[in-house]
Amino acid sequence: MNDSLMKRLVLGAGAPVAAVAFAVGLSSIVLLLSGSNPFSAYGDMIENASRLETFVDILNEATPLYISAVAAAIGFRMNLFNIGVEGQYLLAAFFAAAAGGYFAGLPPVLHVSLILIVAMFVGAFWAGLAGALKVTRGINEVISTIMLNFIAVGGIIAWLIREWADDTGATNSGTTPIDESGQMPSLNGIVEIFTREISKGRELTSVLLIAIIVGVAYHLFINRTRVGFDFRASGFNPLAARAGGVPPKRMVMYAMLISGACAGLVGMAEVLTERYKYDQSFIQGLGFNGIAVALLGRNNPAGIAIGALLFGFLNQSSGILQITGSATPEIVEIMKGIIVLSAVIAYEAVSRIKERDEAKSAAEATERQAPAEPEEVLA
Amino acid sequence: MTDVMSPSLTPIPDESGKRSLVARYASLPAWARWATAAAIGVFVLSAVQTFGGDDTTVLTEPGTSGAMLRFSVPILLAALGGLFAERAGVVNIGLEGMMILGTWFGAWGTVNFGSPWAGVICGFVGGALGGLLHAVATVSFGVDHIISGVAINILAPGLMRFMSDQMTIKTNARLDAGNEPAFPFKWQGGSITQSPRAGGLPKIDVPFLAGGKLPGSDERTYNLFGEIDSANIFFVSDIAGIFEGFLNQLSMFTVLAFLLVPISGWVLWKTALGLRIRICGERPEAGESLGVNIYLHKYIGVIMSGGMAGLAGAFITMELSNVYREGQTTGRGFIGLAALIFGNWRPVGLMLGSLLFGYPFVLALRDNTGLGTHSLLLVIAIALLATLAWSIQRQNRNDAIIAGVLASAVLLWWGFSDAAPDWLPNAMPYVTVLLVLIFMSQRLRMPAADGQIYRKGS
Repeated sequence: MNDSLMKRLVLGAGAPVAAVAFAVGLSSIVLLLSGSNPFSAYGDMIENASRLETFVDILNEATPLYISAVAAAIGFRMNLFNIGVEGQYLLAAFFAAAAGGYFAGLPPVLHVSLILIVAMFVGAFWAGLAGALKVTRGINEVISTIMLNFIAVGGIIAWLIREWADDTGATNSGTTPIDESGQMPSLNGIVEIFTREISKGRELTSVLLIAIIVGVAYHLFINRTRVGFDFRASGFNPLAARAGGVPPKRMVMYAMLISGACAGLVGMAEVLTERYKYDQSFIQGLGFNGIAVALLGRNNPAGIAIGALLFGFLNQSSGILQITGSATPEIVEIMKGIIVLSAVIAYEAVSRIKERDEAKSAAEATERQAPAEPEEVLA
Repeated sequence: MTDVMSPSLTPIPDESGKRSLVARYASLPAWARWATAAAIGVFVLSAVQTFGGDDTTVLTEPGTSGAMLRFSVPILLAALGGLFAERAGVVNIGLEGMMILGTWFGAWGTVNFGSPWAGVICGFVGGALGGLLHAVATVSFGVDHIISGVAINILAPGLMRFMSDQMTIKTNARLDAGNEPAFPFKWQGGSITQSPRAGGLPKIDVPFLAGGKLPGSDERTYNLFGEIDSANIFFVSDIAGIFEGFLNQLSMFTVLAFLLVPISGWVLWKTALGLRIRICGERPEAGESLGVNIYLHKYIGVIMSGGMAGLAGAFITMELSNVYREGQTTGRGFIGLAALIFGNWRPVGLMLGSLLFGYPFVLALRDNTGLGTHSLLLVIAIALLATLAWSIQRQNRNDAIIAGVLASAVLLWWGFSDAAPDWLPNAMPYVTVLLVLIFMSQRLRMPAADGQIYRKGS
């Protein structure tokens, strides 16, 4: 009994650990081939991460990634692939920033809430479009969300950013900056109670709190609510769920709307605590990285948090590698890709081992029982 | 196999008493139905151009049709890639990533071996390696097909960025030391996001039909289509102009790509190998009971798929931009999948799908005034109205309502504007894909076991 528990623990933790170990091993080989010393590279990366300022940077990077990953995970939980988080968050951030800049002079809490609500609404709308296309017209959501990404970024934003630009002559034109009532404070004060003063102008984004709320809400929703149970059921076995009275089409719409609303919050760290507007150099790529993090964390709220921190750490490492020159910063991109791919494979391999073990132990149990009965009769 | 294909853009001119016409059309062989659909499409284009009131010839001029041919090739090759994978029962969302591998390897092969043919081969191999990875994950390990594909799409750009970086560093190191860069690091002039110039395969003008030169002679031959085009006869000249554009400055790579359509069809439907690949996508258990090695044939299908996507990438690099650049694929792997769906998982159909989806890419490039795209709005409205008529005739109320609403909206937009805004051409390819899929997705038949995870002995 103890033995099998041990085995289960090893298998459970084994997949992510094996994936990371495999990725580190493979990256070391790549580093050696490219003529760098992997140990000095990893040493630099870890030393850098142990600094308080870098830790703040990592949290700042992990915050939007976490929200983005949760947005993707909501769909993944019921085998619905919302690949369009990218377009949803950019469109949402654009409209939210525009609204925030337009409605100047509101009371602080109201102003921030307005921005958040606009963002969630726009994100939900754009994702809901893909959901409606799937439910009513049978269009695969992978293709429709990708197309909607391009329409959002290359069409709608490219058009409106010039129409609504604050200063059309500027090279980096964008929406009207949000004034102070719509900005969220930094969390430096709270962190500094426990540590020393954070230097170098680093500011810990307070959207971190929103990310935590999103994570907790996601956990409660999936594991503690009726709709969340229906989500998991229809992801696990859509036919059985349907037979059990879960309407599949409505579930798809719910999933897309919730996922999109969550995606709308991805850009908020940038809008509310960093840039205070949407301009040409607004951060892109969080949607696709978020999908990677969701795959890494296996759609589990805690797993995603670890994945987001890992990605934040890797992103921050590319900077220090550039400075120390111990390896090419691009190694980080490869590590991210390898970790995701090997994690995905490792999870599957482990679940196959588990399945086989279960089948074996079930077979053994029946074998043990079958000859045991006649003996008892004899005695 | 029941064939339920019916090109949605086929206008049915009059729904009263023409049932025999529809029936006759439906009984035509596939190539003839598609050819009719294409001819009607061109007719609408030239009619709109002539009578639509916009002062533009960009919709049907030879330059546009030539460019349409070239811009449809990456979509076509990606769609063929999707065909091989999905006929083997594996959904390949990773086409985009494999295409990225193809763009880089195509440029690298061309630059380092000094021959575009090497670029073609390297592009194929690079994409095929991506396909192999997808096959290992999905077939051997049973990872969800979409998850594996997404992971490959995430891996590919980072990997290529790293490779470019290595090429740049090593090349510059040799240059600094006063040495000429040698294989495999001939990357001078390239950077982390861009390769050195990588030209394409030779181009020809086809003799007699488009006025090309015969081998060994300097004289231009008769330009049949060119003559008809300059005669300025409504519709006939437009058709001739389109063919002239097809045959002018025709790259061997384009020829190769379009030859792959019948070749793929032949391999998949007329050979034993193709039959085995297709049974993987329809009834793998049945195949296994007949002694077919399902895993092996799924591997073949997915690796071929990656190779085709790699070719698509190499084409973008070598023929469309003459250089590898990051972010060059712009979702065309996914559009390839849409073309595959449009073509009902058949070679001829997906070819027409890629021509259709390649067209707005060309307009985005050539239509500087926005007038061409403005005219295209009218074309779209007409297509939607035709769909409306078609839906009414088939008594499909939902389709009719959607088509009617969309058609009126597009017509209003066309009527109340003089030229299309400049963002519209860039968004048009993706809008077109969605519009087409809205009316196509529902009456298609994908391979029965497509996307399912197969385990030996199940």
